[in-house]
Amino acid sequence: MADVAIKIRGLGKRYTIGAREEQYDTLRDRIAAAAARPFRRMAPGGLGASTTIWALKDLSHDVRRGEVVGVIGGNGAGKSTLLKILSRITTPTEGEVEIHGRVGSLLEVGTGFHPDLTGRENIFLNGAILGMRKAEIERKFDEIVRFAEIAEFIDTPVRHYSSGMYVRLGFAVAAQMEPEILIVDEVLAVGDVHFQRKCLGKLDDVARSGRTVLFVSHNMAAIQRLCTSALLLQHGTLVRAGDVRSTVAAYLGGEARGGFVAAARTGDAQVLSADLEDVAGRPLENPVCSDPIVCRMRFTLPHRMPGTRVGIGVLSCDGVPIFTTNNVDAGLECPSGPGDYEALVTIPPNTLLAGDFHLALCLWNTVTVLDLQEPALSFSVDAGRSPLYADMATRKGYVHVDCAWSVTSRVETPAGAMS
Amino acid sequence: MNPRPATLPVTTIRPGARAMSFTIEELWQSRELLYFLVWRDIKVRYKQTVLGVAWSVLQPFLTMVVFTIFFGRLAKMPSDGVPYPLFSLAALLPWTYFAAAASNGSASLVGNQHLIAKVYFPRVLVPLASVLMPAVDLAVSFGMLLLLMAWYHVVPTAAIVMLPLYVALGVLTAFAVTLWTSALSVRYRDARYVLPFVIQIWLFISPVAYPASMVPDRWRWLYALNPMASVVEGFRSALLGTPGPGGMTVMAVVVVAAALAAGGFYFRSVEGSIVDLA
Repeated sequence: MADVAIKIRGLGKRYTIGAREEQYDTLRDRIAAAAARPFRRMAPGGLGASTTIWALKDLSHDVRRGEVVGVIGGNGAGKSTLLKILSRITTPTEGEVEIHGRVGSLLEVGTGFHPDLTGRENIFLNGAILGMRKAEIERKFDEIVRFAEIAEFIDTPVRHYSSGMYVRLGFAVAAQMEPEILIVDEVLAVGDVHFQRKCLGKLDDVARSGRTVLFVSHNMAAIQRLCTSALLLQHGTLVRAGDVRSTVAAYLGGEARGGFVAAARTGDAQVLSADLEDVAGRPLENPVCSDPIVCRMRFTLPHRMPGTRVGIGVLSCDGVPIFTTNNVDAGLECPSGPGDYEALVTIPPNTLLAGDFHLALCLWNTVTVLDLQEPALSFSVDAGRSPLYADMATRKGYVHVDCAWSVTSRVETPAGAMS
Repeated sequence: MNPRPATLPVTTIRPGARAMSFTIEELWQSRELLYFLVWRDIKVRYKQTVLGVAWSVLQPFLTMVVFTIFFGRLAKMPSDGVPYPLFSLAALLPWTYFAAAASNGSASLVGNQHLIAKVYFPRVLVPLASVLMPAVDLAVSFGMLLLLMAWYHVVPTAAIVMLPLYVALGVLTAFAVTLWTSALSVRYRDARYVLPFVIQIWLFISPVAYPASMVPDRWRWLYALNPMASVVEGFRSALLGTPGPGGMTVMAVVVVAAALAAGGFYFRSVEGSIVDLA
């Protein structure tokens, strides 16, 4: 096919787990390991063999020229590994990729920025790192500064920049790349809302300009807005490729079940499990609109963590957040000491309309997100015998909001309008 | 915006060591990035240090003073007929360059890991840039050497045309060392503790504080295996008219060429896994 931009055949990448011990970090270790080798086989359960995992396995796919492909999947699905191989940052263990055209990759905003250099100096450095010519950067310099909105700080070392300015400058430089193929990793997760919108707009332009784009994001709304097709990865394998809407739905529906249980304790602050119940504490199989939906969520804090917040988010079937709620909303203090805890959140009856929903679970504080499971579990709400559906078969939207109404017979017409 | 398919470059990514290896063509295309990497290191260095330029002069100068006192005055080291301060400074310049380039270059891959993990470019540019950067110091301190030559009324002979050759040989020697040590220190983090020791020893097996003419003739071939012996002796002879390294240079070129080839081969074999080891 003449119009294939990226041809991926049987691509696989294997990592060695426990690489820290196995790869001999120091010459001393290597010598020690050589001395210990005869005894190794006697070590219980070991044989000294390290476990290997395939971060990516037997992936084959063609990306056509001009296609904007969203790459989605849970944590550890192999998305980043795929982008790293395509960006030539790491080599595959097996398989082959044929890329037609120059590749520009944006795996991080502001790669190679040096804090001691000024904004101006970093624009040139970063541009060169991203593969731009000096003349090209000079030509686009003004536009970069304008996009980043940092004109008055252009000769200030970037160590004095706010994180927002830093990210804006980084994206502004990257936005000037003109490769035939653009690879973008979750860069929209940073920056404020205004800036994120600006970035999305820029990516929109790029997508419309006929360039081929590979875009990784957890933001399903952005994926659906930008992409013309999507790849769904799960545990390193490509499980679905096709149109965006159905792939996103498959991801959200396939990743999550009626309940959530963490795969293992990580030793960090973590959401352990979550289930949906009715008010009596019985598992809620098929909730209807008029049921209160109780989410019982268990989480753990490994040590004292004051200011921790626990919250849930309700997402629509295509992954758009509808609302979020957390302990602070309820005026509740989250426990801060080490231990396992349980939180109960009740979604009031007649709030969620009939439809499919996903639930995201989150532990965070004002500085960082400690654990985010998105989506952790999924459920369907039926209309049931809810008064909301008493005289209508369907309602538009996702939630019902109780609004105050009054309809009176005394209609005041504007003077002179109907005389 | 819509490039014609016929003109598009095709890149093939395959497993194995050679998958990411650089080509001469690719290096040539990346020359501007090389320039910016060197430029970055110089800028940062002069911004972070109070003394800035003075450092590049101070280090060889103070070493020269110490050498002159202990080797020149107290030990009465022969100096091929030129004043000892001049004799030692002319050797300390290329040596200081080499020591700085080798230690700089060895730490370069580890030091630029954040870059390597996020964007592709020929990895070999990193050690190459860090080997070129100290050449700026060499150029600055060269001014000091010229002043000292004027002070002693020493005029360079026609041999000065050989100077660029020996500088180039010094840069290539440092680059050959760096190809090995930068890649090794990604895997073995204690390589960085070994290197300063090696460089210290290396100083004494190079004719910096003493003339190569002190080495007995029957051991000259062994001595010549150290390319820095030729670089130092050649640099000095090109400026001061002292006896040059002569045939030692041929040996040095052979050794450096072999080390470069082997180092390049080793570097290529590991550059694909730099990110995974980090």
